Amino acid sequence: MNKLASSRPKTIDQVKASLPKRHLSEKVFRSIGLISIIISLMFLFVLFYTIVSKGYTAFQQTFIQLEVNFDERLLDPEGTRHRDALSTADYGGLIKASLSKLFPEVTTRNEKRLLYSLVSTGAAYQLRERVMDNPALIGQTQQVWVPVDDEVDMLIKGHTLRDVPEAERRLRDVQIAWLDQLEAKEKLALKFNTAFFINGDSREPELAGIWGALMGSIYTLIVTLILSFPIGFATAVYLEEFAPKNKWIDLIEVNINNLAAVPSIIFGLLGLAVFINFMSFPRSAPLVGGLVLAFMTLPTIIIASRGALKSVPPSIREAALGVGASTMQAVYFHVLPLAIPGMLTGVIIGMARALGETAPLLMIGMVAFIVDIPSNILDPATALPVQIFLWADSPERAFVERTSAAIIVLLGFLFVMNALAIILRKKFEHRW
Amino acid sequence: MHTLTLVLILLLLMIASFYFGRQRALVVSSGNIRMLNSLPGYYGYYTALWCGIPAFIIFIFWQFSESAIITNLVIAGLPEDITSLSRQQLNLIINEIRNIVSGNMVADMTRPEIAAAADHYRDLQTISDIALLVVIIALGLTGATYALSHIDQQQRARNKVENTILVFLIVCSTIAIFTTVGIVLSVLFEAIRFFQSVPFTDFLFGLEWSPQTAIRPGQVGASGAFGAVPLFVGTMLISLIAMMVAVPIGLMSAIYLSEYASSRLRALSKPVLEILAGIPTVVYGFFAALMVAPFFQGWGELLGLDISSESALAAGVVMGIMIIPFVSSLSDDVIYAVPQSLRDGAYSLGATQSETIRKVVIPAALPGIVAGILLAVSRAIGETMIVVMAAGLAANLTTNPLESVTTVTVQIVTLLVGDQEFDSPKTLAAFALGLVLFVVTLILNVIALYVVKKYREQYE
Repeated sequence: MNKLASSRPKTIDQVKASLPKRHLSEKVFRSIGLISIIISLMFLFVLFYTIVSKGYTAFQQTFIQLEVNFDERLLDPEGTRHRDALSTADYGGLIKASLSKLFPEVTTRNEKRLLYSLVSTGAAYQLRERVMDNPALIGQTQQVWVPVDDEVDMLIKGHTLRDVPEAERRLRDVQIAWLDQLEAKEKLALKFNTAFFINGDSREPELAGIWGALMGSIYTLIVTLILSFPIGFATAVYLEEFAPKNKWIDLIEVNINNLAAVPSIIFGLLGLAVFINFMSFPRSAPLVGGLVLAFMTLPTIIIASRGALKSVPPSIREAALGVGASTMQAVYFHVLPLAIPGMLTGVIIGMARALGETAPLLMIGMVAFIVDIPSNILDPATALPVQIFLWADSPERAFVERTSAAIIVLLGFLFVMNALAIILRKKFEHRW
Repeated sequence: MHTLTLVLILLLLMIASFYFGRQRALVVSSGNIRMLNSLPGYYGYYTALWCGIPAFIIFIFWQFSESAIITNLVIAGLPEDITSLSRQQLNLIINEIRNIVSGNMVADMTRPEIAAAADHYRDLQTISDIALLVVIIALGLTGATYALSHIDQQQRARNKVENTILVFLIVCSTIAIFTTVGIVLSVLFEAIRFFQSVPFTDFLFGLEWSPQTAIRPGQVGASGAFGAVPLFVGTMLISLIAMMVAVPIGLMSAIYLSEYASSRLRALSKPVLEILAGIPTVVYGFFAALMVAPFFQGWGELLGLDISSESALAAGVVMGIMIIPFVSSLSDDVIYAVPQSLRDGAYSLGATQSETIRKVVIPAALPGIVAGILLAVSRAIGETMIVVMAAGLAANLTTNPLESVTTVTVQIVTLLVGDQEFDSPKTLAAFALGLVLFVVTLILNVIALYVVKKYREQYE
């Protein structure tokens, strides 16, 4: 051992000296990875928490109990009980009368206006329906639960705070005092919000519902399914089982892969230019929406179906061909039955994507304010995600709640569809 | 529902002819099906196809030409003073007639000659409907009879049926090409019309974007400015913010999941990431506008910063969250594809796990990761709903993430939502923007797909 060698640090010492640092960086790296996963999970949690905590209250609606006297003098002064007379009668007057009876001390014009505004404008229509269904009600007095105005609803549910200065809220002090009296008399109650599920859109949050948008979505998806299901299957089967290897087929494959990554709004432009401008299909119709979404989901379905076909081992085909089946028979009777669950999974996932898609529908005008429930694929309609977009834009406080509730419904549908796809895959998946 | 009835009738006819064709084959073979060229069912399909296809082609053709022919006939029947009107006015009158026919308008409110024309239109429509029904049934029966008369023992029914199916499959597979062609043509066509009124260079390099058009000449701001640079900068700013959120988190999640995580954690977090990927973008948009933007604004106030309520930051961060699963699943695939032998080599030299990942696995997977990031960028550029709901409308040329910027997709939506005529530069500008968007995302996708393909071959 000479002097030089002993003074020079040994490699093993260098390594040992660097070990704590290396182990520390190992730990740091590892925790960064864990933290990123936790962050993703947290995002999901915050998202769901926000939506659910804002939205669950929309499934209930505040109702007010009124003692309504179906006054014959007001509804049917001539006593004819004719439907036209009944349908145009002053039902708002009934509500005003019963409110005045609850608060006889309210006399000034201004205060009366404030009092009447506590009840939803939809209450009069409800009374009308009751009377039209059963004209025998006229002349009787009944206890009726009618929805309150959205501002009152927000106050009762605690979304609007009482301790803000009067100038900064929509409800006056005197109105809140009335409401407190009503609450003390147990005339106000939260009930299940059926209107939200059976009504179309409305400017009044307490009357707005998702049924119209949901029907629009259903019609759109039916069109999408009818088109993309057979075309997607046929394309996948051809490309995977029959197509020769040549430039033309390569072109088709590159095309499909590219279409899968084209932004959805571009498909909307296609729909606008081709179907609405060139072929003059009706605007806002589920037919056009379905066509556009079909083009958009086709690549997804094709790619998933090809994957399913690819996973069927060649031995199946060869066995079929070996006993004398034609290629078509081998595919139809032996490959397809094994690939169908996987292909259907692809279709369901494609449909789920189409259900959540908004941007292309905005382009083709499915974004209008539509009160009527669409009854076929040519009626003007919106779709559920578009309804969410429209409500999210509305200034009323109550629409925040409705938007979140509509999102919960939409996510519910998506959850069911995806769960179905997963079950299908789990149940029929073959491991070769 | 008339169309549906016709289709149902045709289907019934086809089912009947399948049955008769099959019967006929059995009769021809006198019960001994080994004498036949194909299985009896194929003769059934053969007859059904002959029954259905010609009738169906005529049906489609009829549907497309019916309205035009009837309209022309109605115009020919209109009095002289109406037919001599200009094209536009004539179109208005035809629309009115159609509205009356479809019951959207009450006939009493219009002139008698138009009401008469509407009646004429309705009559012609009834005639056309009946004629179509007769033609379809006749064609279906003729086709079926022809096929039935040609069934004999040598008839190669299976080959014919299979060839027909093959033709159908080929036609379906070309639809992808037609879609692309349709997109390119429709966007290009309108964009060219736009560039006729606004020069190409002004659009691509102009610094000011204010797409209003004058209603009357000499109005203030009469000449709209169509310089798209502020939109491009805004789009890039938001995409950059999104990438700064998505790439580190997505990549590190993928690394942790594929290299470190226990199988239980993996089984738990993979579906969670998939859920994140499956949430509709409109939900993210709502989340951004309702929660994230006010949150940033509140923090900005605390720190003394002036953050706009439609800041690029909020939209970008939420878009980043949306893209996390995209980045992580793509990176996961490529990291998984790196052969174990590379890792083992690094371990045998004494590398720690993180050193192996950083110095061996990531460099080996880098092309695939880059391709994944490119795809994610193209997603971010084309994303619409988040920016429509959370980003602004004003075209500020700024790179400050705290200010409000607008993007290409936001402008397309604002220009096209609502009713407007199809020949103003304002509407056409949306198609020019769409063209740019399509070309940019296409280039990104092509590069990414090429890199991925190249990379996959490396270790196979």
